[in-house]
Amino acid sequence: MGEKPKLAASDLQIERRPQPRLLRILTVITALGFAGSLYLGLAAAGTDILQGEIQRIFYIHMPSFFGAFTAFGLTLVGGLIYLARRREKWDRIALAGVEVGLAFSLINLLTGSIWARPIWNTWWTWDPRLTSAAIMCLTYAAYLMLRAGIDDLDRRRAFMSVYGILAFVTVLITLFIIRIVPETIHPVIVGASPQNAQGGFEATSGVVMALIPSLLLWLIFMPLTLMWHRVRLENRIEALNRLKTQALSE
Amino acid sequence: MTEAPVIIEVERMSKVYGSLPALRGINFRVRRGEFVVLLGANGSGKSTLLRLLSGLGKPAAGLIRVGGWEMPGEAMAVRAQIGLVAHQPLLYENLTARENLDFYGALYGMGRAEREGRIQELLRELGLLKRADSLARTFSRGMKQRLSIARATLHQPDVLLLDEPYSGLDQAAAELFDAMLAAATGEGRTIIMSTHQLTRIPEAAERALVLSRGRISFDDAIGRRDMNAIYRSASA
Amino acid sequence: MKTPFITSVAAIIKKDLRAEFRARELVSLMGLFTLLSVLVFSFALELDREAREEAVSGVLWVTLIFASILGLNRGMAQERDQGGLDATLAAPVSRSAIYLGKLLGNFFFTAIVALVMLPLMTVLYGKNLLDAWVIGTTVIGVFGFAAIGTLLATLTVQTRAREALLPIAMLPIVLPFLLTAVRATTGLLNGAVEREWQSSLGMLAAITVIYFVMCLLLYRYVVEE
Repeated sequence: MGEKPKLAASDLQIERRPQPRLLRILTVITALGFAGSLYLGLAAAGTDILQGEIQRIFYIHMPSFFGAFTAFGLTLVGGLIYLARRREKWDRIALAGVEVGLAFSLINLLTGSIWARPIWNTWWTWDPRLTSAAIMCLTYAAYLMLRAGIDDLDRRRAFMSVYGILAFVTVLITLFIIRIVPETIHPVIVGASPQNAQGGFEATSGVVMALIPSLLLWLIFMPLTLMWHRVRLENRIEALNRLKTQALSE
Repeated sequence: MTEAPVIIEVERMSKVYGSLPALRGINFRVRRGEFVVLLGANGSGKSTLLRLLSGLGKPAAGLIRVGGWEMPGEAMAVRAQIGLVAHQPLLYENLTARENLDFYGALYGMGRAEREGRIQELLRELGLLKRADSLARTFSRGMKQRLSIARATLHQPDVLLLDEPYSGLDQAAAELFDAMLAAATGEGRTIIMSTHQLTRIPEAAERALVLSRGRISFDDAIGRRDMNAIYRSASA
Repeated sequence: MKTPFITSVAAIIKKDLRAEFRARELVSLMGLFTLLSVLVFSFALELDREAREEAVSGVLWVTLIFASILGLNRGMAQERDQGGLDATLAAPVSRSAIYLGKLLGNFFFTAIVALVMLPLMTVLYGKNLLDAWVIGTTVIGVFGFAAIGTLLATLTVQTRAREALLPIAMLPIVLPFLLTAVRATTGLLNGAVEREWQSSLGMLAAITVIYFVMCLLLYRYVVEE
């Protein structure tokens, strides 16, 4: 009673390190790149003769999968390095990878579904590749659920590193399933399409011109920029939690 | 009297659960053959300290050395020298007393013949011979506790770690337990025992450590002191 | 100082077999569940005889995965209730040996249930499941479930929700097993050409090996604090 509070108001300010210059540059590049790739895909590239305008969704559909691949790949790397070095940073990178990758793979599924409606005449089919992509999403959704169920921070980080490593197998399966289970109807644009593929189109120079910048953007800039912001957010959340428990235990 | 060599060394050790520090920079040394009681309120870090010493957890920072082996790097060597008695009996309900001991003996790398002899000897000492082949689930709390002492001392560990061993024991069992502890110190074993009951500090105990909010607030020989007063001032 | 690997694995298996032989808790739990599941599916799909025959391999594998989860949860609870796992971890035993010992025990119990299930389904569903290849596929699949399940059950039992989280953590990860195993079994039962089911079986075996090695290496991270 009447004791002086041990925490001053100034302690409660959560660290506010300014954004590093590289992050700001990346953010600007990503934003401009996103606008540019939309322009290339939606306006500049020629309309597909057979499929019409709907084919343009491909410029987001395929790159978004590769974005998810990068993000989930970083979850794998983050998990491995966390288990070896035990630096919190790597666990936060892993978490950011899961969230960003999950968002990208949902974009991937959604755009695919919109495209399939007119081309395959269905929103969804239990094709091996579609199935494995859905499994991949579910696995990473399970990651988030499991993570929320572990209270002890050290345990949470170690366990989720393990789960993130195991989960990556589903990404590899999605990537390689057309080589393993050849009866998929999912077209392959780059490389030989499976026999049964429906809805493929020529990778003409016009398609490639619009695809490459978009692929570069989704594969590198989008996941890195978003994940970096997410890691910074997580830093703040953990700093806030630390202050909270400190305040409560004083 | 010559000073016995140091067997347990803990330096600047801390452990964090979540963002709650359970231990904040603990330092102490225990000499071979010492009997130390670990006192403190619930949540003061006693169990955490014993778990870390037994190799069941990794400290967030600091150093633990047992018998010259360092943790966590040489945790296997440390584990081999330690016997642990926890709140829970750490036994399998669907195995008999003898089978339980046989399993743990094998885990400590004891050969079959060695195991059988030692188990027989321990069961006799602890008065469990008659019930040796009944399932652990049919045992009373006191018998389970005796059996878990047998489990912990099976491999002749240098160090015995006891976490609240008196909880659930009746008077007779507690007295038997005291006698066993005295015998163990007589054999030169080092004992660290946690308890929150000041009335139940065994006579054989020589030294007290009081933990308060994750720090050691008292560390000295017990002698003829009034433990109640020490405890009150140390955990205030 | 360290107890030899094989000795520790053997001790853990022996302990689990002994306890189970006495109480028959896991096998009877999984067995009863399997029986109920097979009957429930049989009733649910009874309207259409053809559909029932088509669904055989699906019923088999869905039942096996849920039976595995049930057994793993119960087995882990037994370890945890009395702190047996803690005492095992406090012993100078390699963590991979603990994993392997627990895995082989879990595999053995689930395999018994699976091998009883095959003749039962042969009778109830009118398809012959007692084929050497079907049995082989079942054994590999069950081993895969046990390999992942042993690691994930150890992990989830330490979470707040305990048992509830195992299906959520485990089902997505075992879906590749489920897909390839169902595919291989369906191919075998419908007399498809060898090439068709062999590629699925090969893939099932490959992912089983991959996951087994991963879990063996990762287990130590889920038992430390």
